[in-house]
Amino acid sequence: MTGQAPAASGDVLIRVDNLVKHFPVRTAGFINRTVGQVQAVDGVSLAIPRGTTLGLVGETGSGKSTLARCIAGLIPATSGTVHFEGRDITNLPRQRMAPFRRNIQMIFQDPYGSLNPRRRVGAIIGDPFAVHKTVPADERKRKVQDLMERVGLNPEHYNRFPAEFSGGQRQRIGVARALALRPKLIICDEPVSALDVSIQAQVLNLLADLQREYGLTYLFIAHDLEVVRHVSTSVTVMYLGKIAEAGPKNPVYDTPRHPYTAALLSAALAADPEAAAARQRIILTGDIPSPIDPPSGCRFHPRCPKAQELCGRQEPPLEVKAGDAATHLAACHFPVTAGEKLATASRRARP
Amino acid sequence: MTLAWFLIRRVLTGIVVLWAVASGTFFLFFARPVQTVAHQLAGRTATPAVIQNVINQLGLNQPIMTQYWHFLGRLLHGNLGYSFFTQESVNTMIKQDLPPTASLVVGGVILWLIAGLGVGILSATRARSLFDRGSTVLVLIGLSMPVFVVGELLIVAVFVPLNQHGLTWIQTQYAGPSQGLGAWSGHMLLPWISLAVVQAAIYTRLMRGQLLTTLGEDYIRTARAKGLSERRVIFTHGVRAALTPVVSQLGIDIGQLLGGVVVIEVVFGLQGLGQVAVAAIYQDDLPVIIGFVLVAAAFVVVANIVVDLVYTVLDPRVRIA
Amino acid sequence: MSITDLERQAQQAENAPVHAIEGRSQWSLTRQRLRRDKVAMASLAVIVIMVLLAIFAPAFAVLVHHPANAAYPITGENSAGQPVGPGTNGFWLGTDDTGRDLMVRVFYGARISLFVGIVTTAIATVAGVTIGMIAGYFGGIIDTILARVTDAVLAFPYVVLALALAVVFGPSLTIVIAVISFFSWAGIARIVRGQTLSLKEKEYIEAARSIGAGPLRIMFIDILPNLLAPVLVLATLYIPSAVVFESTLSFLGLGIQPPTASWGSMLSAAQPFYQTAWWFVVFPALALLITTLAFNLLGDGIRDAMDPTTERLVAARRRKGPRGSPSRSRNDDLDLIIAGDAK
Repeated sequence: MTGQAPAASGDVLIRVDNLVKHFPVRTAGFINRTVGQVQAVDGVSLAIPRGTTLGLVGETGSGKSTLARCIAGLIPATSGTVHFEGRDITNLPRQRMAPFRRNIQMIFQDPYGSLNPRRRVGAIIGDPFAVHKTVPADERKRKVQDLMERVGLNPEHYNRFPAEFSGGQRQRIGVARALALRPKLIICDEPVSALDVSIQAQVLNLLADLQREYGLTYLFIAHDLEVVRHVSTSVTVMYLGKIAEAGPKNPVYDTPRHPYTAALLSAALAADPEAAAARQRIILTGDIPSPIDPPSGCRFHPRCPKAQELCGRQEPPLEVKAGDAATHLAACHFPVTAGEKLATASRRARP
Repeated sequence: MTLAWFLIRRVLTGIVVLWAVASGTFFLFFARPVQTVAHQLAGRTATPAVIQNVINQLGLNQPIMTQYWHFLGRLLHGNLGYSFFTQESVNTMIKQDLPPTASLVVGGVILWLIAGLGVGILSATRARSLFDRGSTVLVLIGLSMPVFVVGELLIVAVFVPLNQHGLTWIQTQYAGPSQGLGAWSGHMLLPWISLAVVQAAIYTRLMRGQLLTTLGEDYIRTARAKGLSERRVIFTHGVRAALTPVVSQLGIDIGQLLGGVVVIEVVFGLQGLGQVAVAAIYQDDLPVIIGFVLVAAAFVVVANIVVDLVYTVLDPRVRIA
Repeated sequence: MSITDLERQAQQAENAPVHAIEGRSQWSLTRQRLRRDKVAMASLAVIVIMVLLAIFAPAFAVLVHHPANAAYPITGENSAGQPVGPGTNGFWLGTDDTGRDLMVRVFYGARISLFVGIVTTAIATVAGVTIGMIAGYFGGIIDTILARVTDAVLAFPYVVLALALAVVFGPSLTIVIAVISFFSWAGIARIVRGQTLSLKEKEYIEAARSIGAGPLRIMFIDILPNLLAPVLVLATLYIPSAVVFESTLSFLGLGIQPPTASWGSMLSAAQPFYQTAWWFVVFPALALLITTLAFNLLGDGIRDAMDPTTERLVAARRRKGPRGSPSRSRNDDLDLIIAGDAK
């Protein structure tokens, strides 16, 4: 098993140990029999030091959003624990979760779906104040307008409806709402993947500014390694509910050990034609398998270019590979070596 | 799940429903102070002696649960009791008064389905034509009319003038088929139309909408592309798919149907179950009312089983569950 | 191209004024579309007139010197004791079986019909929305129970229950309102439940949970505003159903009791006079028909104004080509409801 979260230096803000989330699959009928489990998250551990950003990467269906919702307490975990500042917050009832809720906020993927179309922007951003009663009603408007200004919105648009804003502006509204309670951790669930590439950078920069200003900690989810590269301190790659590779940003990007990481990296660079031409692309064949019935052994083996007989039989532990720093972990029997033809080991950091 | 198992389960559920309705009616009427119940049973002008007599006769001073068991026991033997006024057996009364009601229901349902589905299909296939426009206006008027208003307007506008001009085929009241099919249909025609008008409006609307949706589907385009005649496209592909919601609507309507039946019987003086029940109310004739409620509930239960069966035949995707 | 380049380009795009999107709310758009709808506006006018007639019925009674329940055996009946026709002896619409002024009584009947229609719809809407929202939001066993109860209510023959209640409690306005409300909430609850089921999957509901909002707050602050549009349409369509329902009960003698005027009991009293006094049947029937038709047309118009993509009943001829499929959206439910309940 993956065991304890990697020992992180410094002050750990949030720590997830061996988190499991299974969704029962039921038959539709008079008696709902459970016929299987979707193993959305299957034994994931991670820790995020205060003030840093952990980039969580994986394809659709890798379980990254489920993991985020478990951490945020939006859905109950099947097993495992989540500790916030050393206190166990796993599956707390709503009332007892409230003080932690203030410290853990979320920014959602869809800037259209995450704002109630029938409510005014001022009310949406002021919602956290109303729920937690941290700000008296007569001061709310001023506070909300401060927030709007801080995230780059015109405070005079206080009474507008979400439909009157562009995608990027809407995501700023989402950021303002997440920021309202001055949380310590913000879980960003693919906050820019629904935006135009040109707008993405602005929102990313806003998030970076806010992190500097308020000392925020981010769990930053993306399916795009490039986005994560721009913002994170360390990176965790998930595949089918398990961690494939984890470590500080540079080692993971420069010398990916897991073939899956290498494949994601090779696919991610279309925006950089020179680098793309210079390296060999690894094409993953097929779709991500069903998490109801995941492959045996290493879950990646049916799609892995390096798979051998062992991979289908035995699940590889998440461990430090030869020559890596103690913080760089990979779950692979046959890790990619530096300079191996498979991956893009010769890639250089771009300007 | 097999058909037999489905039927067994539905019949068992039906029995539970009937038991619940019977118990509900029983407690609604009898779980009140003995004097009130007896007074009601004895009628509005009863003397104290009569009331006491009723209490003794019906065992109203026994504990309520004892009475309840007696009541259920009687029902199990198929005995619905005796009218307080005529001393007639309620079973006999129901048997007697069933023919007008059955004639009304069967004829009315057939007429409304033919009219509703027919007009609906014509409207959908001639969407935006004058016929379609006209029928949609009529549908809305139909939807806005209470059944008894339709009935009364038919009497004033059709029955009265025709009879004044000596055309006596169309009649009110009831005449059984034993008096000749002509007489029977003449007496039933206006009631059938009354029952059908409002319902036909609903089904026209439903059929038109469903058919328009279905005819826009890809597989209909494929069928057309295959060169099937328009008639075959509409009937073998379109209508069949559109019938499913119609049948489920029928399930909902069956309960409401009884309301319409009661009203029409009163308007046309048909002397069926509905009118007997209304008369029983004016006389506070409890056994008759309870009998009617139970027959109505049984009808709804049986009809819904039939509708579900038809539903599974029409739409093979629906598994019997 | 680096991210900073992209950013510079985007800055301009983002800072461009957002004039393109007009600052109009959903409601003002709806109002605007409704105002252009002639059928709906005519229906609204009819409803307003009906309401005014109902409110000022006593004033009319004074105007023609015929109090609602006063019988005029001398002027209001002919020598054979039959009702007199319209325009006779100052009775504009004629008289009824006991020689009372039919016009005044029809106006008084509007009071009962509209009152019952609006009150029962209000009760049914509040109950239906609350129950439907709870069932849809919490799901599970609560939902199952409510679904069964709703089905049972929808399938129950209402006349039968009305009969039973009228016997036990004696017919009265309160019983009428109770019975109609009881049979109306289930349809609304079913629609609201369906809408809630889809609404609760929205990301903004999850967002509300993520800031710590409880179920009550989510239901009333986040979900309810999104339900208002379909509920408004439903309510408009339930009023005519309730009016029909009330008149049916009164017709059967289970509703409003004489001498209080109601359209249903007037039509019931008119039964022996089919051959001799057509006005006694026709005027109450017309009043009833015009009122329910106006509400149905208005509801249809409101629905159309809120969501122009749905197929409507009247004046539907302006969209899509021949044989086109009218798009059936979430308001399908509403369609079925009009179909299922207005009778």
